[in-house]
Amino acid sequence: MTALAELARLIRSKNAGPFELTFDIMFEDAATYERVKRSGAVSREAVASRYGLPAEDVKFFYCDNACAIKASIPRPSVQGDLLDSDGHGGQQYAPLMDIEIP
Amino acid sequence: MTEAIDEIRILAPTGVCGSGFLEESFERGLAQKPHFIGCDSGSTDPGPSHLGTGHAAFPRDAVKRDLRLMLIGARRVGVPLLVGSCGTAGGDVHLAWCYDILKEIAVTENLRFKLALIHAEQDKAYLKKRFGEGRIKPLHPAPEFNAAVIDRSECIVGMMGAEPWKRALEANADVILAGRSSDTAIFAAMPEMRGFPSGMAWHAAKILECGAAAVVNRKTPDCMFAWIRKDHFVIQAPDPALRCTPQSIASHSLYENADPFKLIECSGTLDLTNSRYEALDERSVKVSGSTFIPAERYTVKLEGAEKAGYQSIVIGSVRDPFIIRQIDDWTERLTARIHARVKQVYGERLPSDQYLLNIRIYGKNGTMGPLEPVKEIRSHELCLLIEVTAPSQDIASSIAGIIRHQGLHLPIPEWSGLITALACPYNPAHLDRGPVYRFNVNHVVEPDDPYEMFRMEFLEVNGSQFARAAA
Repeated sequence: MTALAELARLIRSKNAGPFELTFDIMFEDAATYERVKRSGAVSREAVASRYGLPAEDVKFFYCDNACAIKASIPRPSVQGDLLDSDGHGGQQYAPLMDIEIP
Repeated sequence: MTEAIDEIRILAPTGVCGSGFLEESFERGLAQKPHFIGCDSGSTDPGPSHLGTGHAAFPRDAVKRDLRLMLIGARRVGVPLLVGSCGTAGGDVHLAWCYDILKEIAVTENLRFKLALIHAEQDKAYLKKRFGEGRIKPLHPAPEFNAAVIDRSECIVGMMGAEPWKRALEANADVILAGRSSDTAIFAAMPEMRGFPSGMAWHAAKILECGAAAVVNRKTPDCMFAWIRKDHFVIQAPDPALRCTPQSIASHSLYENADPFKLIECSGTLDLTNSRYEALDERSVKVSGSTFIPAERYTVKLEGAEKAGYQSIVIGSVRDPFIIRQIDDWTERLTARIHARVKQVYGERLPSDQYLLNIRIYGKNGTMGPLEPVKEIRSHELCLLIEVTAPSQDIASSIAGIIRHQGLHLPIPEWSGLITALACPYNPAHLDRGPVYRFNVNHVVEPDDPYEMFRMEFLEVNGSQFARAAA
């Protein structure tokens, strides 16, 4: 088993507009990307459970051309609203880093 | 402007006017004979305060440096310069701010050109009329929207599509400054006007609008260049040290988008499902297969901000392990004590639903709040950021004074006698933040046509002379 952070070249989060948060998990090469994709460990359900959401709230994509996996969720607070803690949404990806890949 | 051409060349100096680019890269881009130069100057990414206060996110001098080089370059080679989302949020005050900078440059450099200003701020009566007609529709997720929201908004802008840009170009504007615009519309307008396929135009635009962000090895913000042809486009950064690869270009469609394959614009949806990316050489990429599906109904997205109140904050840290191990209980008791003291001071004049207390605990879940999966505290110190949002700055500031004093001396059972529980790095211990704003719209308007929301004016600029001109 290897942690996702060991296999990805970049895991990041960012606002996708003020109302959604998006995660990009990007790989250096197709072989690593395929290994992670085939493992099924990074899935809509896995992202949902890491952020305590129902699976239907997660948009989930495999981007073969980019060797990347992408997921988007509703922001817990609208960007910049009184209870928002991360205006650019840039530090919300850490819970994805230790997903174990067989 | 109507002569048929087999390719259209576009120079994007940088991802945001004010973030910078290398002059050398810009000159290389100009030497490749662009048909126009485009740049966006705003985004919602810096937050709602820019729409609310009218202030830009980038410093005036930084915007002037970039705009000056772009304007002088565009005039020297005689091609249009298109700058969208002026002043970050693209309202009238933001556009006026950018126009003021442009005027200074025109005077100093003694430049002559026809200028178009395209306004994106929305008239409240117009929005109420469209809302009443059921022609303002929510996106998902969307806050409640109605006439009261329109009334209390500081500023609501519409995000223009390519059509107002095309109209200004058709009127032979040399320089176009626009309020809030789709970033991509700035770059897609001329290619669509000149008959290039919309799929190519919008996909190239999506990459260009971020400047050199799509290269493998970006060091600083810099230029990007595209050649759009009938069935493909080629993308390359003018700086020879920067490389685009099929993967880096394909990856770019992920950035700041919820869906990496479908990008929604006013006039339709860019579909990248069947896009193909090929390396032309070690630093250029050829893209084909992207399509654009016209919308059944033209829609314009709204962005709005309203004042949420006035804020003051107290920053204090805790090092005592006794307090740290009961921090949730301690902050709950602190909150109750603050409310009790506010009630003593203000009585009925300030009901508790008129102000909001929020305690952020850094070292516990300050960064992720409710999304934080780590529940136990692993740090030997915590930073507390205690904030109050109230109907006036005076009240917020007064409550911050109460927060400081109640927080300093809130007891814990482990110690007997008066404790001082918070380490405050600043004096005075609280900071007044002034008015704070929130985004309050995530909706689209269905206008009669793509132009009715975007008032346009034309000026003939001749050094220090600015004369109204006909379209």
